[in-house]
Amino acid sequence: MTDSLKLIFGYLIFPGLIFSAMVGMIACWIDRKVTARLQYRKGPPWYQPLADILKLLGKEMIVPEGVSNAVFLAAPLFGLSAAALVALILWQGNLDRSAGFIGDLIAALYLLTIPSLAMIIGGSSSRNPLSALGASREMKLILAYELPFTIAVFTIVVKAGSIMIGGVASHTAVLSVSGLIAFLVALLAAQAKMGFVPFDIAEAEQEIMAGPLLEYSGPGLALFKLTKDILFFVLPLFLITLFLGGIEVTTVAGIILAVLKYALILVLMVLIKNTNPRLKIDQAVRFFWGPVTLLAIAGFIFAVIGW
Amino acid sequence: MADRNFIPIGPFHPLLEEPEFFKFYVDGETVVDAEVRVGYNHRGVEKLAEGKTYDQATFLVERICGICSTSHPFAYVQAAEDVSGIVVPERALFIRSIIGDLERIHSHLLWVGLAAHFIGYNTVFMWAWKYREPVLDVFEMISGNRNHYGMFKVGGVRRDINDAQIPSLLKAIDEIEGFCSMLVKAVMDDPVIKARTKGIGILKKQDAIDIGVVGPVARASGIINDVRKDFPYAAYDRVQFERVVLPDGDVFSRMAVRLLETIESTKIIRQCLKQMPKGPIDAEVREIGIGEGIGQHEAPRGEVIHYVRSNGSNYPERHKIRAPSFMNVPSFKKTVIGQSIADAALITAAVDPCYCCTERMAVLDRETNKVLLNGDELVRLCQEKTEKMRNK
Repeated sequence: MTDSLKLIFGYLIFPGLIFSAMVGMIACWIDRKVTARLQYRKGPPWYQPLADILKLLGKEMIVPEGVSNAVFLAAPLFGLSAAALVALILWQGNLDRSAGFIGDLIAALYLLTIPSLAMIIGGSSSRNPLSALGASREMKLILAYELPFTIAVFTIVVKAGSIMIGGVASHTAVLSVSGLIAFLVALLAAQAKMGFVPFDIAEAEQEIMAGPLLEYSGPGLALFKLTKDILFFVLPLFLITLFLGGIEVTTVAGIILAVLKYALILVLMVLIKNTNPRLKIDQAVRFFWGPVTLLAIAGFIFAVIGW
Repeated sequence: MADRNFIPIGPFHPLLEEPEFFKFYVDGETVVDAEVRVGYNHRGVEKLAEGKTYDQATFLVERICGICSTSHPFAYVQAAEDVSGIVVPERALFIRSIIGDLERIHSHLLWVGLAAHFIGYNTVFMWAWKYREPVLDVFEMISGNRNHYGMFKVGGVRRDINDAQIPSLLKAIDEIEGFCSMLVKAVMDDPVIKARTKGIGILKKQDAIDIGVVGPVARASGIINDVRKDFPYAAYDRVQFERVVLPDGDVFSRMAVRLLETIESTKIIRQCLKQMPKGPIDAEVREIGIGEGIGQHEAPRGEVIHYVRSNGSNYPERHKIRAPSFMNVPSFKKTVIGQSIADAALITAAVDPCYCCTERMAVLDRETNKVLLNGDELVRLCQEKTEKMRNK
């Protein structure tokens, strides 16, 4: 009984839904503030991401005519539940290195794809040509970045000799040649997973007006935004777990180190985001399947020969 | 036609600052055909001008465009002066050139910002617009307004540039030139911007000639065309500057032409400020004679032409305007077909279209959607009216 209560608590409050959403919102605010300062703007107050979501939750939700309600409304929930679940798995794997189950890394890898799939389902179900175009772009983008991303993850599996989150977290992979290469590859893929410039092709508001999200309003849009905020916590955490030796929150030094690691990834992401224009979908696919995949394979080979 | 898939860009779309409707017929993401529909913003300015005095019409035409707000009065006052050969004081000519080229800088910077925004590069967007601010401050110093300057009048200009302002003006120009050179380097050396704009939306030289594009779009396609050099007016024959002409005709060239032109413009303004003679700024025109006049100006987007016909009264009898976007927008038929949607959006923006200047109308029967009067017929009506006026 207490175990299942603990699980529900873990999923909904800490470190699942609420906690990861809060950290994600803070990260989102930092991103927006830093971006604004880079662009000589003032930027929003610290509670802006939360205010956005609360406001959206209170708005009317319009379902386009002739759209299947079930699919259209389930899509955002689908993405959100997966994102919260992966937060729980990653967090527990980090804190209790022996907890986990065999292959929880693979489960996390799968779950991380679901928010993008939710976007595709939502976009395709909304009967809008621009949304459909956005959904097809998202699909191509997933095909593009998942290949190098998976190779990079398995580079670390080979390196650490474990396929459990607890196992790879105890290993600071980035200090080796193959680990560094895999880190760079995964960072680029994470940028695409987040839908950040230069890979915000699926949303491209100046071309297809936010693509899959175009027909969403009110709570539906809020859930998508919340999913994105959670991903902003989960993806850096995933990168830290794989490449930077995980996090440790039992000591003050451990907490400071964890925050520093998180900040490092955040800075890199915001930097890439603000110094690039958007690529086209064909350029992005060529980029991921060409140089990035080659790099990832090189990293994998290095890992096998023990560099 | 009806069962083909199309992607609508407009009438209200983040890409367009004005209501406008592009219909891109697509096969996957490739554009196979395109249509444009204008007319959401028709204001009947030409007809309005016939009910205004010559001085009032200057303010009216200034409001045709919000960005190149000086282009229209510039061409219009020249047309009105052309009617009876009014000689404008030297100092006023220099001030006109200064205003005209300051506007070119701010308009080009605005476009570079928008173009960067369209390819999702918001940092360059914000930077370009930040660097545009000092130009607006200069305008405010000269004319009291940041955007609609109200500087022009038939026979001269309304406000003088004092000697006391000149040092701070020169300083501001130096600063602006610094920004522009920095931006030229930053934008033209950026590999990802190159990847997005090089070889995209190519308008071949022959096509450009056939369509009759003007301004930076023509110059980016290798056509040497610039009213300031071809038919010098104001003080442009007294200053040294280069026409920026590039051969490729792609979006990158159009961007490069505009960026490099901002630097040429700073040179023009600096020379004008140095050479400006003392004297009156207004010929104090009391009446416009009978006859026809044409005024041209190289606006930031290309050549703008105003035609004025006067019957000796206080009001123009006929006022005809041709804005540059009217020539440039049709080029999209040649440039977007075969490109992807992502590029098509950028290409239509790359001619720096100004739709409210381009608005034309047709008369439709609402019930049957049948066109009663199309463009050709409206032109014929105009010609008949002019003929009637001639014979009167």
